[in-house]
Amino acid sequence: MARGDIKTTSDPDNGDKWPPIAAFSQTAHTTDSESSDTVKKPVSEETAKLKRPARASGKKRGVPEGLWQMCQGCQATIFRKEAEQLLNVCPQCGYHWYVSAADRITQLLDAGTFEEWNAHLEPTDPLGFIDKKPYADRLKAEQKRTGLRDAALTGTGMIRARRVAVGVTDSAFIMGSMGSVVGERLARLIERATLEKLPLIIISASGGGARMHEGILSLMQMAKVSAALALYSRSGGLYISVITNPTMGGVAASFASLGDLIFAEPRALIGFAGPRTIKATIRVELPKGFQTSEFLLEHGFIDRIVDRKDLKSEIARVIDYCRG
Amino acid sequence: MAKGLHRLSLERPIYECEDRIVELEGRTTSIDEQEELRRLRRDVVEMKKRIFRELSPWETVEVARHPDRPKTSDYLSLVFDEFVELHGDRSFGDDRAMLTGFAKLDQYKVLVVGHQKGKTLAERQACHFGCAHPEGYRKSMGKMRLAAKFGLPVICLIDTPGAYPGIGAEERGQSLVIADSMFLMATLPVPIVCVVIGEGGSGGALGIGLGDKIAVLEHAYYSVISPEGCAGILWKSADYKAEAAKSLRFRSKDLVEFDVIDSVIEEPLGGAHRDPRQMAVRLKTFLVRTLRELVAKPTNELLATRYTKFRQMGQVLERSPEGLKPSKP
Repeated sequence: MARGDIKTTSDPDNGDKWPPIAAFSQTAHTTDSESSDTVKKPVSEETAKLKRPARASGKKRGVPEGLWQMCQGCQATIFRKEAEQLLNVCPQCGYHWYVSAADRITQLLDAGTFEEWNAHLEPTDPLGFIDKKPYADRLKAEQKRTGLRDAALTGTGMIRARRVAVGVTDSAFIMGSMGSVVGERLARLIERATLEKLPLIIISASGGGARMHEGILSLMQMAKVSAALALYSRSGGLYISVITNPTMGGVAASFASLGDLIFAEPRALIGFAGPRTIKATIRVELPKGFQTSEFLLEHGFIDRIVDRKDLKSEIARVIDYCRG
Repeated sequence: MAKGLHRLSLERPIYECEDRIVELEGRTTSIDEQEELRRLRRDVVEMKKRIFRELSPWETVEVARHPDRPKTSDYLSLVFDEFVELHGDRSFGDDRAMLTGFAKLDQYKVLVVGHQKGKTLAERQACHFGCAHPEGYRKSMGKMRLAAKFGLPVICLIDTPGAYPGIGAEERGQSLVIADSMFLMATLPVPIVCVVIGEGGSGGALGIGLGDKIAVLEHAYYSVISPEGCAGILWKSADYKAEAAKSLRFRSKDLVEFDVIDSVIEEPLGGAHRDPRQMAVRLKTFLVRTLRELVAKPTNELLATRYTKFRQMGQVLERSPEGLKPSKP
């Protein structure tokens, strides 16, 4: 990678094209930049030069927006383009970064084969929920920030020429949590996959579990989607659940755990109760690597840990075992 | 009358009034005092009605968690004629937070599954305060399969703050067993009746909460997350639990409004803990009536109706050229 190119690869394209990533990396920058300066890694000459003007201009401390990103796995400052070429995986430690639902679909499906289903469903605010701000405002803000209407995309497409039904949740939208729209889109996806006898793939990235802001209706989406999966399974359907970082609470406790096959990306946080809740309840330090993909594999709850670059071919391969 | 070892602050005026009644009844009284006694007896009824009609969402949680509130074990002796407890998940252990066993209810033989909170401190600790571990859900699933094999209807009594959050629970697959349990219950070929008798805490409640009829006792609650948990996440402090309780809309009347339950079972005056026997009679009446209706249905119809019931839950809008309108699947 030619370092000289850095200044020309730039903001406008990631600003418009990938709003979720831009938004995500922005928060990562503001919080991480200080520590990466001081402790974590020796900063190269070029990096140091790049940083100075940004700080002098008095706007944001740290590196120019979107060019560099600190890896949450190894704390190294990574040139974003390089990671992007590896499907948003850290080139140094292999930590799997955030991927938006749209990018995930691009990575997984054959080019140009995705057709979205039920895009016309929109969230509402059944409870009139207010915490620090009204849920209705939060929804608008999240929709604007991420370019999504809600936390899941569903539809159909081809994986190496095998037609599948596919659903993806996006952790950038209210923590990827499941409210009525996510539940309804997934239920419709599963029902259509049942009718059309399609293999089903759902990729979860839902640290938020069931969405609190829609109250009991969110909890019931767990039952609704699980019931739809039960009928799908009875009809002989093949469901591959892919769990990615992070997947917790009501999503982990429903569709993410119900796959005929369960794959997980390496080092993803997966669990029922959040680490903070557990710590507060039992008042002991949690063991290292607790609630990671590797922890779940060791305890027998997932079939395979699959690197992102292999996901497409691994899925195609197991589909052929079950449906070939 | 005014026993109540545990008194909620919202109940204080009621207990003060009742204590005075007891005091007056216990001695020969003057004409004035007899007049006062008559007035107090009338007032206390009105007071109970008013206080329990106007419970705030947080006060509802307090009532639902009342230490004297009847538990699964109380209903097992008050509602059912016999209970044959069945232990263990045949894999790891016997979770005391989940009671399972055969029981007789009127002319019906049934399987009862229920969260158990315990009464004494030792029991409470053994039951983890009603928070089941994965082995609890594995136990309930195993017994439900048994019920299905021999055609026994299943009755689930829900009373849990939530599934247990701990290291062992995660190691043994807490999320997986809850998902599996819903998956199983969605197509279990016998009638399932679920009643939230106290706390309906999140996935831990829903783990035995998928059935043909869902009822909630009047002052029970059923929520996606505990008010403390919600306050901790959204307000960053559990001090906002009352605000969270208000926002979450989890009281029986809200649940009816959102179309997620079939019935509310009215509680005796002053709450179930003031008159467990009366509460048990009402619960029994509901269960018998509901079972009569469900056992008459052919299995296919039962399962189709169960699916449709949960399939319809949720509120979404549909965007069309005419604009946004509520959508029903």
